[in-house]
Amino acid sequence: MCATCGCSETKAEHGQDHGHSHDHDHGKTIRLEEGILAKNNAFAAKNRAWLRERGILALNIVSSPGAGKTTLLVRMIKDLAGRLPVSVIEGDQETSLDADRVRAAGARAVQLNTGTACHLDAHGVGHALGDLRPADRSCLIIENVGNLICPALFDLGEEKRILVASVTEGEDKPLKYPHMFRSADVIVVNKVDLLPHVDFSVDRFRDHAREVNPRAQIFPVSATRGDGLEEWYGWLLSLSGRPVAV
Amino acid sequence: MHELAVTQEIVEILRERAGERKVRRVVIEIGKLSLILPDAVRFCFDLCAEGTPAEGALLEIIEPPGRARCRDCGGEVALEQPFGRCACGSTDLDWISGEELKVREMEVI
Repeated sequence: MCATCGCSETKAEHGQDHGHSHDHDHGKTIRLEEGILAKNNAFAAKNRAWLRERGILALNIVSSPGAGKTTLLVRMIKDLAGRLPVSVIEGDQETSLDADRVRAAGARAVQLNTGTACHLDAHGVGHALGDLRPADRSCLIIENVGNLICPALFDLGEEKRILVASVTEGEDKPLKYPHMFRSADVIVVNKVDLLPHVDFSVDRFRDHAREVNPRAQIFPVSATRGDGLEEWYGWLLSLSGRPVAV
Repeated sequence: MHELAVTQEIVEILRERAGERKVRRVVIEIGKLSLILPDAVRFCFDLCAEGTPAEGALLEIIEPPGRARCRDCGGEVALEQPFGRCACGSTDLDWISGEELKVREMEVI
């Protein structure tokens, strides 16, 4: 049995937290008013409390497949070495390829395979936290499954949600996937090195993003060439409470 | 696709709350802005409920409309989609209805 939440670690059996009595009355309507995502939200709150107690800055990174999440992550691990320790929970349907890439870059990582599920949930992340044991005052990056729909609904206990878009996708992505863009605290627009080759205006993208989420911060970057990364790191380091290196 | 996970949660709530009783009818709320397709939940429900106290239960879905309050001028805005613009021009909206996702009640026998 799991020491974190008392479950047997199989999805079908977790979280049967009986906060109610089994009064067996018959043929009656019972008011429930119970949130369908309440269990996930409770696990998320537990994760968040655990992370905050340790001063760990947790980021939930979401994107469509191929936007460059892992490339950005690998670059961040290398660039931030000595400034901010990073560990990673990798979410993918299958394989540990991304965790392998992250480990090769020098960070500790745990791979979560979701199988048929299209998103990470807070319960799975809670277990991964137990396996990974990120260091106090470090940065934990949870790389979600590449999907701009389902992960929007599932709070993992992160401090900030980071959406990685790329210039090889349409400028109108924020309008097509408004839930996810609305839920993001930061939008990183990756692959700006390809701007000369694609019909993509960062300004028009920014307008669309503002339409659904006027509060998100937007950082245009190139994870391969390095454009814009120091601005993005500056934000990250300011949030982690550590000084920005010169 | 996340409707499957959501429907499993609905059935799980019913299973826990029903105990030994059988669920005859269930009323759930799925807000218009909630990112959940009611038809997909209907499609999944019978399959997920099979072998549980909710098997064969009648599923009623209420869809509260999307409404928001403008953070700039305080005006109310009706939302047909998960974004919009207030008459004052602002897009900074605080949603007040449409995100509901809950099991409202069940009828048990």
